[in-house]
Amino acid sequence: MSAREEILDRIRTALKDTPEVPVIPRGYRASSQLDEAELIELLVDRLIDYKARVSIVDTADVPAKIAELLAGAGSYVVPAGLDAGWLTGPELEQDSRRRTDSVTAPLSVAELDGIDAVVTGSAVAVAETGTIILDGSPNQGRRAITLVPDHHICVVKVADIAGILPEALGRINGTRPLTMISGPSATSDIELERVEGVHGPRTLDVIIAR
Amino acid sequence: MSTFLGMPSLPVYGTGNLHASQSFPKAAHRELGNAQLRANLGHATHTIRDKRLNVVSELPDWENLRDAGSAIKESVMARLPELLEQFEANFTARGGVIHWARDADEANEIVAGLIRATGETEAVKIKSMATQEIGLNEYLEEQGIAAYETDLAELIVQLDHDKPSHILVPAIHKNRTQVRDIFLREMEGVDPELTNDPARLAGAARAHLRRKFLTAKVAVSGANFALADSGTLAVVESEGNGRMCLTLPETLITVMGVEKLLPTWQDLEVFMQLLPRSSTGERMNPYTSLWTGVTEGDGPQNVHLVLLDNGRSAALADEMGRSALHCIRCSACMNVCPVYERTGGHAYGSTYPGPIGAILSPLMTGIQAEENNSLPYASSLCGACYDACPVKINIPDILVHLRSVDVDSKRGKKKIPTQMDIGMNAASWALSSGKRLGMLEKGLPLGRLAAGPDKKITKLPGIAAGWTQSRDIPAPPKQSFRDWWKKEHHAPDTAPAAAYNQEDQP
Repeated sequence: MSAREEILDRIRTALKDTPEVPVIPRGYRASSQLDEAELIELLVDRLIDYKARVSIVDTADVPAKIAELLAGAGSYVVPAGLDAGWLTGPELEQDSRRRTDSVTAPLSVAELDGIDAVVTGSAVAVAETGTIILDGSPNQGRRAITLVPDHHICVVKVADIAGILPEALGRINGTRPLTMISGPSATSDIELERVEGVHGPRTLDVIIAR
Repeated sequence: MSTFLGMPSLPVYGTGNLHASQSFPKAAHRELGNAQLRANLGHATHTIRDKRLNVVSELPDWENLRDAGSAIKESVMARLPELLEQFEANFTARGGVIHWARDADEANEIVAGLIRATGETEAVKIKSMATQEIGLNEYLEEQGIAAYETDLAELIVQLDHDKPSHILVPAIHKNRTQVRDIFLREMEGVDPELTNDPARLAGAARAHLRRKFLTAKVAVSGANFALADSGTLAVVESEGNGRMCLTLPETLITVMGVEKLLPTWQDLEVFMQLLPRSSTGERMNPYTSLWTGVTEGDGPQNVHLVLLDNGRSAALADEMGRSALHCIRCSACMNVCPVYERTGGHAYGSTYPGPIGAILSPLMTGIQAEENNSLPYASSLCGACYDACPVKINIPDILVHLRSVDVDSKRGKKKIPTQMDIGMNAASWALSSGKRLGMLEKGLPLGRLAAGPDKKITKLPGIAAGWTQSRDIPAPPKQSFRDWWKKEHHAPDTAPAAAYNQEDQP
């Protein structure tokens, strides 16, 4: 008998009392009922609590904000599908510091290791938990590009902010490669105190675009 | 690999690091001798308790989430064969490869075989209870494969050649100064000026592991959840070491217990609210990664999952105990446990310490395995673990159930009545009649005599010796409560104050 058959057989035997399958009581909140201003306020509060840096700008001012945040970066990477219009303006157009990554022309891990920062969009954000979800869409790119560089600049559109987790997960396709990010990398492994800055990006800049 | 002739007899128990090799009272006695350990644990468990209470009290629907979580897990157990097959079909359809492992040895052999097939001799690892349970690192080392733990606490434990003592924070028994000393002693190329500042220590771990992450070809992980309706796996973590392992290598091998399934994507909304708040006391952990088989051009292209039984089917066969399999390994129960707080995790022997370990380990190995029958007694039955459990596992009830399984298993073996049998029969005889009890109470002065002038009994004989091992019994009173009551209520001439002698009624 194969291991598969044998394990399934053991489990069926263990369940010979045919336990009842309960109805799932989903009495928990399905939505937050917050308006746009409240969603932004809550998300900002939670992001700052995680030591992420947050700026709120009008959509037209996103390129200027990105340029400002990249001022100290010697190099940065963007996914090939980054929203057109985010890399405009005198500093960013024709910027020699910029590398572009895509599935068809991926940068190597060693190349990414030499890059200071990464600029991406995001799929959805959860205000209540301060979480940003990346789903590998063209404006977010491969998972490696938001992991290896030490500084992640992430643009969240106001329309993509959900109040609570059930609302956010309802907007996501679960079979895509997903990364949920809540603040910069951190650990609680020494005396259970949270310390920011381990293996993931140590600086997380969130630009909320109205 | 395990082979069986014909049908094996059920249940089939688990093997690996699931046993206490020393009885809990003995091991606890050893650990209690370490005052530094007690101080470290007291500090850490109290820190996390406060954080958990704060973030839990923020949610108006916490109890609704617990109810949903509990019911979802109950439904998973009832439908397990069907859900496993559904998960397998979805994961396989998207390019993943599934392997089934009956026990620890079989799982270890599968993982080693997969690593060997890549031609590599090392692998990076994400902290995983399942691989700890099967002793994977030790097995790989015997096979000439180096497994590097990348979680900070696991790294501390591995560098110190120690054993984990907590399921979330394996190095909870070490304080920051001890961690610095371990790094200075064991970490190659570490800054000799390293301080005990946790941020500096985390920075040292980053520098130490960076090269490993960037060059690793094979990663080994566990999984927190597996979604049957999509074939998706999830790893919940903090540091980014998980993302490194799940994203950069070419080959990813995940080892997961069969009970980790959730039926649908929607169920994740419940567990991703319950788990971070219960484990690290955060609204959300820094990073969660989800993957469904292989995604072309993004992440490992060679994706394996080892589905592990190793005694889980045996636990499932116990109708009273099967809900122990609902555990999502958050560790809230150990953080609130007065016993764990004092003895620490090593006293439990098994990979799974604390209240959940005290039920899970004997359920997976059988109560008669080594010293695991001592674990259900490692509790005062105060119920704090049940209150803290995000999926409402009734740990105290299962502890009591397993105590009775233990007593029954011993009764079957011995023809001659034990001291406990004799004692229980005597108690049953005495307590079933007021006259008999009254007669026995006449013997109280004898107890006073035995107590001697300091009015303490410090050593009882036989099995009662366990009671006086760590405490004294005060001398019995001159008269029994029943005698006192009689005088009080049937002799109207006696003033109550005079009849009540405080010294004699402790």
